[in-house]
Amino acid sequence: MQRGPSGLRGWVIPVLALVLWELWSHAGTFPIDTLSRPSDIAVAGARGFIDGSIPLATWQTVQAALYGLAVAAVLGILFGVILGLSPRLEGVVGPSIDALRPVPSVALIPLALLMFGFGLQMEASVVAFACLWPILLVTIAAVHGVEPRLLDVARVLQMSFAARMFKVILPAALGRINVGLRIAVSISLIVAVTVEIVLNPRGLGYSMIGAQQSLRPDLVYAQLLWLGLLGWGLNAALNKAVSMWPGGVQSYEDVQP
Amino acid sequence: MRILRSQWLWALLFAAGLLLVWQVLADQKWISPVFFPSPSRTGAELVRQVAEGQIWAPLGATLQRMFFGWALASLLGVVVGAAIGSSRTARDYLGPLLEFVRPLPASAVIPAAILFLGLSNEMAIAVIAFGAVWPVLLSSAHGFVAIESKLREVAAALCLSRMQLIVKIAIPGALPDILAGARVSLAIALILAVVTEMQASQPGLGQNILLAQRSLRSPELYAGIVSLGIMGFVVNRALLAVERRLLRWRVAPA
Repeated sequence: MQRGPSGLRGWVIPVLALVLWELWSHAGTFPIDTLSRPSDIAVAGARGFIDGSIPLATWQTVQAALYGLAVAAVLGILFGVILGLSPRLEGVVGPSIDALRPVPSVALIPLALLMFGFGLQMEASVVAFACLWPILLVTIAAVHGVEPRLLDVARVLQMSFAARMFKVILPAALGRINVGLRIAVSISLIVAVTVEIVLNPRGLGYSMIGAQQSLRPDLVYAQLLWLGLLGWGLNAALNKAVSMWPGGVQSYEDVQP
Repeated sequence: MRILRSQWLWALLFAAGLLLVWQVLADQKWISPVFFPSPSRTGAELVRQVAEGQIWAPLGATLQRMFFGWALASLLGVVVGAAIGSSRTARDYLGPLLEFVRPLPASAVIPAAILFLGLSNEMAIAVIAFGAVWPVLLSSAHGFVAIESKLREVAAALCLSRMQLIVKIAIPGALPDILAGARVSLAIALILAVVTEMQASQPGLGQNILLAQRSLRSPELYAGIVSLGIMGFVVNRALLAVERRLLRWRVAPA
């Protein structure tokens, strides 16, 4: 869905909807307690930014997402390289991984709560579990795709595992691993918000649930809109980063095993 | 992950070894039995739930919620995807809006959905449908855009109407894409079914594991997680089988 020459058309429906919504909200029959009013939403959003509550909540969410992502990236790339280098080991460990993978990450929220209590750690651990799989699988596939002659050279030079990893494998596979990371970045934000919505009392998700429970639809929609902007911006930035990466692969389909 | 037949044995041994280590660690109380109850206790709990028939009601509730949300998402996804994929105008008008809404975490619409529909099953299904619609929508739009130009020419030569083009050529042609998207959607639907059960107290496996956690019944918690894992696996396999059956007519790609 790229923007064509007629990119302005994309604005027609949203702008029209907003205008009608605002006009309707001044009529008598309007359910103000569920739909709020575009102007109220704008005011609530602006207030949230000025008093610092929305930036703080955003930071808490992003922090948990990044923390979990970092853990998943380190574990996923490390084990991905090990498994990718040894097809035998992959055959032995693979089925156990395949058995764990269909567990919905959100099912682990109560378990994470039991282990870590409320807070950053439990949220990050669920994020890490969710982000681990795409990174792991893409890394395994990426290592399979490394030119075998490079590995032969590394063997002939009798490089240590660390040297092989950092001098040969990672530089050769990073263009593809990148794709797994990109998928994981979008997952991390989604999972972080989900954990907050379900039960973790911090971040944007919790703030939205709080707004809903105190019957502040304007604040709910303002934060929803902000979250949409955040996700959209993140997506756009990632697309750009991937396309700028030398030798990068454009889509996930290219690297699926 | 392709593996040799003889490696299955090693794979099974590895998995059994992991469980055994866990069992020993838990039995010796080297790891907390509250956080990591031994596999035998989790297994016993699972067997008990199945034997006493306790598991079926929540399992059915989750399955039903997931299925309705997914069916709604698939229907919407194919219709909107077909519109966007086959009409340049629809793409221009709707594309940017959809691009903006798509990266929104589906669980983030829960507060808004509660405002409209309350803490109800309808709310859960609406949220599931919202989250699960994207893979089907995008893949069916892609399938419709990617119709071979020769087939378009055939349709033009046969003077097919737009509707006939869609039903006779576009949908069968896009079916592999649509079904692949539907499988991704199903996984999302299961996740969101669990999320809505936890957040909005709808009966089901998601609510069960949350309640098990609150009362520190960890074997029950693990049993719930295992059942959800099995469910995710089985549902995915079932849809894969349906997909193979529906696509039998297709010549295997070279």
